Amino acid sequence: MANASAFTRRRLLGGALGAAALGTLAACGSNSGTGSQTGGGGGGSASSVALSQWYHQYGEAGTQEAAKKYAAAYTDAKVTIQWIPGDYDAKLTSGLSSGSGPDAFEGHLSRSLVASGQIVALDDLIADVKDDYDPSDLVSSSIDGKLYALPMIIDPQMIYFSKEALSAKGITAIATVDDLISAAAELTSGDVKGLFAGNTANVDLGGMQGPAIFSTGGTFLTEDKKVGFDVAKVSDVLVKLRTLAQSKSLLLGNDTDWWDPTALNDGLCAMQWQGMWAVPGMAEVLGDDGIGAFPFPAANATDGKPAVVKGGWQAFVNAKSAHVDEAKAFTKWLWVDNLEDQEDWCLNYGFHIPPRKSLAAKAEKLQSGVAAESVKLNTDHGIANSPEWTPAMQTALSDAVTRIIGKNADPEKELNAAVKKINSELAKIG
Amino acid sequence: MAGTVAPATTRAAARTADQAPAPGRRLKGGRGAFWLFVTPFLVGLLLFVYLPIVWSAVLSFFNAQGTVWPTEFVGLANYATMLTDPAFINSLITFTVFAVLIVPITFALSLAMAVIVNRVRVAKAFFRSAFFIPTACSYVVASLIWKMSIFNGVRYGLANQVLRFFGFEPVAWLSTLDPPTYWIVIVTVRLWLQSGFYMILFLAALQNINPELYEAAYVDGAKPGWKIFRDITFPLLRPTSVSVLLLSLIAAYQAFDEFYNLLRTAEYARPPLVYLYNLALGTQQNFGLGSAGALILAAIIAIITVIQGRIFGFDRAED
Repeated sequence: MANASAFTRRRLLGGALGAAALGTLAACGSNSGTGSQTGGGGGGSASSVALSQWYHQYGEAGTQEAAKKYAAAYTDAKVTIQWIPGDYDAKLTSGLSSGSGPDAFEGHLSRSLVASGQIVALDDLIADVKDDYDPSDLVSSSIDGKLYALPMIIDPQMIYFSKEALSAKGITAIATVDDLISAAAELTSGDVKGLFAGNTANVDLGGMQGPAIFSTGGTFLTEDKKVGFDVAKVSDVLVKLRTLAQSKSLLLGNDTDWWDPTALNDGLCAMQWQGMWAVPGMAEVLGDDGIGAFPFPAANATDGKPAVVKGGWQAFVNAKSAHVDEAKAFTKWLWVDNLEDQEDWCLNYGFHIPPRKSLAAKAEKLQSGVAAESVKLNTDHGIANSPEWTPAMQTALSDAVTRIIGKNADPEKELNAAVKKINSELAKIG
Repeated sequence: MAGTVAPATTRAAARTADQAPAPGRRLKGGRGAFWLFVTPFLVGLLLFVYLPIVWSAVLSFFNAQGTVWPTEFVGLANYATMLTDPAFINSLITFTVFAVLIVPITFALSLAMAVIVNRVRVAKAFFRSAFFIPTACSYVVASLIWKMSIFNGVRYGLANQVLRFFGFEPVAWLSTLDPPTYWIVIVTVRLWLQSGFYMILFLAALQNINPELYEAAYVDGAKPGWKIFRDITFPLLRPTSVSVLLLSLIAAYQAFDEFYNLLRTAEYARPPLVYLYNLALGTQQNFGLGSAGALILAAIIAIITVIQGRIFGFDRAED
């Protein structure tokens, strides 16, 4: 477990890009994490309450110990941590549906969690400090005006690169998707590939599926719950990216996927779609001056927009927990009040932007080098996911992209079919 | 079976003849023992097999997303959705391609291995074990070895090392659709895992063939080799051949582990079980659609098995 970085998965906020192939086992951990069911049954002192808290498996060394340390320091309940490798979302959703889920957990807000009554509203937890959050973070944590998720960490994702490799080829600016394609080709030589965006990126674009859409100026969904992208524009950029996919300048079938920095560190690729969490891991090998970052480039020079995926994790309380109030109190203690542990979590392992503005402002480690650049790019170009974007919609889009990129299918036809499916899902929300 | 029935019948006959005083009591005791032994399995069967099947049938008529206690009856809408869902239809096509590849190759390979091992004069037990051992390996473990070590897409994967030796570029085995090299990975892992098992079945059948038949054929002028195999060995293996075909087809229907572990839910290699898993038990939690899909799949499997039974004459195989 100590060196678990190879088996970690990182997920976009809400987006189910985990549909991409993962080098991990199916989640098959024990089901013993339901402390709530054995907790003090009524009347006992508060400290006799047992809570369980779930995390996905973070890749950075020390994270699991840190999570345990925070839980152990909480005095009002006995909190047990479950650290879940593999397909966290599937394990979580089945745990929540079957009643064997945790009391408090991290995850990504989706309307289905609210519709099926699996999570409780958390507005009261941040009532005192609401102003200390970025309004856009609260919007992406809310459904129908109620806050159901607490922003825990913000994880900007963009393209990181080896400065040495790019300067050797004299590449200074990558502003459009065309630039990216030609840079990737130029940077490919011998055993080094130009770009790594996922092990099957040549068929499904890996981590770049969302960014491809954002680069046209679109989003998955608009604020008024409509499809947020233009099929013709997305078709154009996908046709371009298809040439990238077929160009032999992508690194494919690696041991670890795009969210792990090993490929860039080992010199298997010159550029990598990656999250800011990996900055310490990359800096350790390539030096903080050795790495640079840029957003996913604009689809074209006229009306395209560069894009950064504003991912992250959010904290939730299980509505079916036997100790909802205690779980809420714990969640407030850890993810709202406890600035010290939040700072530790955000800065001492992988890098994450703390959602509390006051904390982010004094996060020194994020104020220099490539981390500072990442934060700035996130501010300028970050696009957060909509909680209305369901896994079914993601599957529809992802399948369309796979057929377009991997199977040379007609882009407009496939995207229109996906839009139809997305609309039928939206119609269910009403 | 016959051996156990006969004495019981004899005893019962003896009791009747002796006008045993309390045959009913003994019978009652037998019944008690019957229920004692059968009940745990029956309860397990009812609770873990039949109840879920029935519940799944119920769910298939409801809008059941994120809950197994649905309230919104939707009639046949889930069935209509699944039957018109191109992704589900595609998964059936994926399965068909898989079956067409894996069943005949498994059959040919395991038969060939059995014939060879049967002819080996020395260390027969060793070869038998060596070929059988992969059966004991887990699909998950084998899939990960195939994915991360043998068919790793980067230059140091075993298969790519071999290609490199012959001067070829590395291949991203699992994500190359043209040619579809991912099938090589998927088919070879199952071939490695299951051929040994079917080989043992063939080996047992081969050893059951009366050697006098070969001697008679030899006397009649048939030379050992292809002709003997075609006209004597293969026809006599018929019951085993039919079993192997049926078993490997059924196993192919159940394919999940290697697909899921090699390719997760990739659109191009998603057999029905992986698709339904993702729909019902993955992040979508749509038990209504998933159940409808599972029942459609069950119906398809039942129909194909019946047709296959007719074609191969499974009932006649015992002759």
